[in-house]
Amino acid sequence: MTAGSADAMIRLVDVTKTYPGSERPAVGGLSLEVGRGEFVTLVGPSGCGKTTILKMINRIIEPTSGEIWVGGVEATEQPAHELRRSIGYVIQQIGLFPHRTIGQNIATVPELLGWDKQRMRARVEEMAELVGLDRSYLDRYPSELSGGQQQRVGVARALAADPPVLLMDEPFGAVDPIVRSRLQTEFLALQAELKKTVVFVTHDIDEAIRMGDRVALLNIGGVLEQFDTPDRILSHPANDFVAGFLGDDRGIKRLSLIRLDSLELPQGPVVDVSDDPAVANRAMDENEWDWVAVLDGKRLLGWVWRHELEGVERVGDAEPHPFRVTVDCRASLREALDAIVNTRNNVGVVLSGDEYRGMLTVDFLTRELH
Amino acid sequence: MIFAQTQPFIRWDWIVDHLDEIWERTVEHSVLTGFAVVIGLVVSTALSMIALRFRRTYGPITWTAGILYTIPSIALFAFLVPFTGLSLLTAEIGLVSYTLLILIRNIVAGIDGVPAAVIESARGMGYTDRRLFWRVQVPLALPVIVAGVRIAAVTVVGLVTVTSLIGQGGYGAFILRGLRRTFATEILVGTVMSVVFAVLIDLVLLWLQRRLAPWQRRQARAS
Repeated sequence: MTAGSADAMIRLVDVTKTYPGSERPAVGGLSLEVGRGEFVTLVGPSGCGKTTILKMINRIIEPTSGEIWVGGVEATEQPAHELRRSIGYVIQQIGLFPHRTIGQNIATVPELLGWDKQRMRARVEEMAELVGLDRSYLDRYPSELSGGQQQRVGVARALAADPPVLLMDEPFGAVDPIVRSRLQTEFLALQAELKKTVVFVTHDIDEAIRMGDRVALLNIGGVLEQFDTPDRILSHPANDFVAGFLGDDRGIKRLSLIRLDSLELPQGPVVDVSDDPAVANRAMDENEWDWVAVLDGKRLLGWVWRHELEGVERVGDAEPHPFRVTVDCRASLREALDAIVNTRNNVGVVLSGDEYRGMLTVDFLTRELH
Repeated sequence: MIFAQTQPFIRWDWIVDHLDEIWERTVEHSVLTGFAVVIGLVVSTALSMIALRFRRTYGPITWTAGILYTIPSIALFAFLVPFTGLSLLTAEIGLVSYTLLILIRNIVAGIDGVPAAVIESARGMGYTDRRLFWRVQVPLALPVIVAGVRIAAVTVVGLVTVTSLIGQGGYGAFILRGLRRTFATEILVGTVMSVVFAVLIDLVLLWLQRRLAPWQRRQARAS
């Protein structure tokens, strides 16, 4: 437990849940803290109690024993429905109200809290924009939207009253992989802005690692096997269960955690359009390459062969060839590796917009992993 | 009989002469049907609430309603006459008892048909039980409930004619009298009016059903 008690937004103290008619508890004596603004993912095999844990936080499920604190208040000290109005809730099946329009769905909690119409209307439009939903959808019914759009509405609805805490139960589990990946990216961007305290349940370890600031890895019966940052879990799994759950490709998984813009990238052979060909030759010799990248200021123009620079006065006099594969600096090392193996020369050019940031090679990636 | 056969099959002049009575019988038929459906709905709602709250009662409640439904209507009226006489009350008791099974089944099915995810998300966002029932479960169940009302109403329109045997009857009075006098025109007027009336009620309720569920209409258009 790294977060100090004073800073904990959600605190579970020795929480046990035994379902009626069951001898073994679904969750047994679990203690767990989630810091303010922290994104924690709960992951584990079926029967590990992850959904039960989540639903005890907003009292959809009442614990058999133990204490649950949300925002410094014991959860049972207020009526369940009042507690829940201050906690955003997103489930896999979304559960939009089929008989209410998208706008009315998003306004659900503000309406419960008795906001006036104007404030509600403004908030709904703000939320639609926030999750990237066209305003024309607001007067439609949920059945007229695709699964991905419905899930966006689900997130907008959960955030509408600006709750400090967000509980998400496999929110992206029912959409296809492409849409899921896009929703994950969008939600991470949203979270970077909103800094909610998020508890996110998933059975997908890749999703848990990608989304969480910290990952709580659970075993059958709600046993907390490891609770740490994704990088620590991948590099130092606490035991065989954790290592087994992570799978054999832990190294590759770590690749997807590290983002290019967090690294000092090698510059590679790069010259400016105004440079003398001699400068270009020297750069190529140093790297033992027979081509060089050409910049105009910070903008990347392309690359030229060594022989194409013979007899020209300035590098800019040769017509540069465009790079076919480029990588955005916000991409992960894993995405960069994928780009590199798809190029002919095994080099990935990293850009931020059209500004040149550096050049990636497989050698460099291997070094970064050690 | 010989006399009857020499007449035309439909005597339009008889219909023109009896327009006033046809109107009176229409009002009578509407009242008998309307009361039966409204009272049936009230009773069924109450019984459905009990069945929804205490699940174990659903079996006995539908079983009892089912027994009532299977009793031949003539037998039921004959059984009631010694107690309640040849009265409107007798007629309504019979008619109402035939609506119960259909209405209770549809009310319970409608409420049960609300997706569990919708209920969970409503709870999770802070709906109280009462608000959940009135703002989510009831509106979503309404189309199914109205579909039940349609079947019940059409059934009752037909059954009302039988109550002519106990001196009520609406259009049934024409049919009964026509049978006694072997007068085809009167039988036809009673039958056709009853059928037309049933179809009209069905159409009005169908319109209401669609009106209450605009989201379903748009869904159908979208797919």
